[in-house]
Amino acid sequence: MSRKNVFLVMTIPALLIFLVFHTFPAIQGIFYSFTNWHGYGDWQFVGFKNFINVFKDQQVLDSYLFTFKFAIVATILTNVLSLLIALGLNAKVKFQKTLRALYFIPYILGMLIISFIFSFIFSKVLPDIGQTLHIQWLSSNILGKTSTAWLGIVIVSVWQSTAFNTILYLSGLVTIPGELYEAAGLDGANSWTKFWRITFPMIMPFFTINMVLAMRTFLMAFDQIVALTGGGPGRATESISYVIYKGGFEGGQFAYQSANAVIYFIVIAAISIFQIKVLQKRGEQY
Amino acid sequence: MTNKKINWAATILLAIGALAVLIPLYLTITIAFKTPEELSSNLFNLPKHWMVSNFTNAIKTTNFFVALKNSIFVSFFSVILTVLTNSMVAYAIARNMDKKFYKLLYYFFVSAMFIPFPIIMLPLVRQTSTWHLDNLFGLILLYVVFNLALNTFIYVGYIRTIPVELEEAAIVDGASTWRVFWKIIFPLLGPMNATVAILSCLYAWNDFLLPLVLLSNPDMATLPLAQYIFQSQFSTNYTLAFASYLMALAPMLIVYMFSQKWIISGVMRGSIK
Repeated sequence: MSRKNVFLVMTIPALLIFLVFHTFPAIQGIFYSFTNWHGYGDWQFVGFKNFINVFKDQQVLDSYLFTFKFAIVATILTNVLSLLIALGLNAKVKFQKTLRALYFIPYILGMLIISFIFSFIFSKVLPDIGQTLHIQWLSSNILGKTSTAWLGIVIVSVWQSTAFNTILYLSGLVTIPGELYEAAGLDGANSWTKFWRITFPMIMPFFTINMVLAMRTFLMAFDQIVALTGGGPGRATESISYVIYKGGFEGGQFAYQSANAVIYFIVIAAISIFQIKVLQKRGEQY
Repeated sequence: MTNKKINWAATILLAIGALAVLIPLYLTITIAFKTPEELSSNLFNLPKHWMVSNFTNAIKTTNFFVALKNSIFVSFFSVILTVLTNSMVAYAIARNMDKKFYKLLYYFFVSAMFIPFPIIMLPLVRQTSTWHLDNLFGLILLYVVFNLALNTFIYVGYIRTIPVELEEAAIVDGASTWRVFWKIIFPLLGPMNATVAILSCLYAWNDFLLPLVLLSNPDMATLPLAQYIFQSQFSTNYTLAFASYLMALAPMLIVYMFSQKWIISGVMRGSIK
């Protein structure tokens, strides 16, 4: 076989399987979003009707509102915490290896089971502490109240995701040459100046990728919703993926939720591109 | 650098912060060994009598060993197949980036990273059930396909740093392209193979959504899905539930304990690419 043909044999089967199990379903999803199909029986084209209805659907709008509120807060918290932890782990600390190993544990644990465990912590452990210490807001399950349930989801998501972002920041921090700090130290720079003038500009690419990845992950939140609240109380914590799952599989809204998924895709892609553009531009200023 | 003083402030802050990781784990382990009475009387104590029966009950209730076997089966084969196929595809792409077809292929695969799973979820589930792939084999196949996006990106970046001269010498000696890949390139990919194996293993082991929507038979449930299915039976029997959670988390925790250095450096390597 010629070299050229070997390369084709290496890639064509993978391309075909990818087309069948990824591209084709994606095209089908887009196709059905212009129909009124329930997932069974007959269907007709309905043009943009599904899309127009999605925009008017209070349940969908609420799920976007919740998902964004949750994703933005969780992204910021995750990045602040993981940057702080990475800075700490990169400093000359005692028990560095043990601490590093501890902080990365959540990364290897699945979100679903973690959420089940935290569900117990929110419903029993925290109220127990709250009652003992007479702290009013802690005395009842925060997942049970419409106003605070989303915070529980933020806490669990940040707990699990901080580990991975810490790894990314740490791999950025170890690439900064020590001489830079020594030179700045000779010039009389304090730690605060060193961070903003050396560390932060040097890890700016990692900051960009962390913000994009964290935001994308949180916008797709599903496991923690299922395990912590099931979308409740009422519909207060229904994420977009959860609405698509529920409506698509249990509500007979195959076409309708396909339209929702198409919008969802456009939103996620737009945000990722926007974040990369803005953060890269900020990066160039340094 | 070496004579720098130990930063005690950072050490103490990190140690306090580590409690946020440790306390939930401590609770999980201790609750799993308690009696329900003991749990209701005190949440934080160590168990007085370590109840092993919680675990035997959980094994029976959740069919633990079946789920464990399913999870190991799916994770093992999706890792092996992912590493073998994805590296090969990436090699062909990396060595032909000057050609239009392969360049297009590269961007086609990599851009799939931006397609959220829910957009393909509904049609995909119908398709797999029609084709009788609503089982563990379908799960493995889909993990290998979904991994291709990120891994093409990781592998191609790495392969392009391997000098072509290495291969050219072998080709002059009459080695076929297959031989060149398996005998020269694949072994050189060792560190990246490890990274890809770790990432795809964690993905397959911890994933919940795909088994949830794909698998039609509860006997095929992987460990996370089994926890979800038996949630209603656990009800308020928290000690039983926690024994079950702990058993589901334990395999990965044990692997991590023995290879955490290797896992962390593997993930870091993937992130620098």
